[in-house]
Amino acid sequence: MMLNVSIYRYNPETDSEPRMQDFQVDTGGKDLMVLDVLELIKSQDTTVVYRRSCREGVCGSDGLNMNGKNGLACITPLSETVKNNKLVIRPLPGLPVIRDLVVDMSLFYAQYEKVEPYLQNDTPAPAIERLQSPEDREKLDGLYECILCACCSTSCPSFWWNPDRFIGPAGLLQAYRFLADSRDTATNERLAKLDDPFSVFRCHGIQNCVNVCPKGLNPTRAIGHIRNMLLTRAT
Amino acid sequence: MVTAVTSFGRSGLSDWLLQRISAVILLAYFICIGGTLLGGVDYASWKAMFELTSMRIFSLLAVLSLAAHAWIGMWAVLTDYLTERLMGNKGNVLRIAFQILCSLVIFVYVVWTVQILWGY
Repeated sequence: MMLNVSIYRYNPETDSEPRMQDFQVDTGGKDLMVLDVLELIKSQDTTVVYRRSCREGVCGSDGLNMNGKNGLACITPLSETVKNNKLVIRPLPGLPVIRDLVVDMSLFYAQYEKVEPYLQNDTPAPAIERLQSPEDREKLDGLYECILCACCSTSCPSFWWNPDRFIGPAGLLQAYRFLADSRDTATNERLAKLDDPFSVFRCHGIQNCVNVCPKGLNPTRAIGHIRNMLLTRAT
Repeated sequence: MVTAVTSFGRSGLSDWLLQRISAVILLAYFICIGGTLLGGVDYASWKAMFELTSMRIFSLLAVLSLAAHAWIGMWAVLTDYLTERLMGNKGNVLRIAFQILCSLVIFVYVVWTVQILWGY
């Protein structure tokens, strides 16, 4: 069974504009993962460039746009994405392309940095560790699992238009992860930095982020919680 | 924290809250007007309805809600699409021009509505 694959090719150093290159891949009738298909293409044409690492959906390196939907190539089976024997692979939308399927994630990381994604506590550190009740720990479920693959933020139109001002679903999920942490004492300072018209409120709740998250997380719900915290604090 | 001096309430939270409240007020107003129209009106009953102070207050509230709602919405659209990021400096000039235009149009409509409600 030959699968028709169309891949986005662009080398800014030599190409004046991006183009699509077609490949025929023998899948051997198996339901391969998209990453396997990319590896087979790489054996046909070694100049195809993409990021990959763990190949099991943990590292978040191979976030790609497959037949119009963002996801991790390593855990997306062909049966989930291929229609009419055709697979179109493009880089994550909205970020500058470095080469072929590799994008420059600087803007994405800059937004992540803005939410200060680390525990802040100004009380003296206890001798062993800061304890947390099982109930408080449970509040972090569905938040801490993010692998920063950028599938969500790059599927969000608000992030496409304002990647420098809107924190984006991935960053906001992490913002709430620390707002919700019982051990963090910087809650008020964190909220004060989010109360502008862009950082949080560019989210119009269209839930593209929820639709694509390969880990099944829900950034829209986290953003709703942040909004409620801001509202409680300010009214 | 991103600063913005042209947004309606200068705060994302305030704009967000006002957008929701104004939407509810507008919904209530249009249900009220729609219900009246469906019930059948003639000139006399329509005129009598708008001579009630309560209806004038409700109408003015609806128009002020519409003004705020439109400003917040248009501001969001303009700061999405007419930006320096997408169009270079031209984006800044166009955005400010359209923001001024929008606010003028909204202002004229509000004054005109007051004139219609209390002028006849």
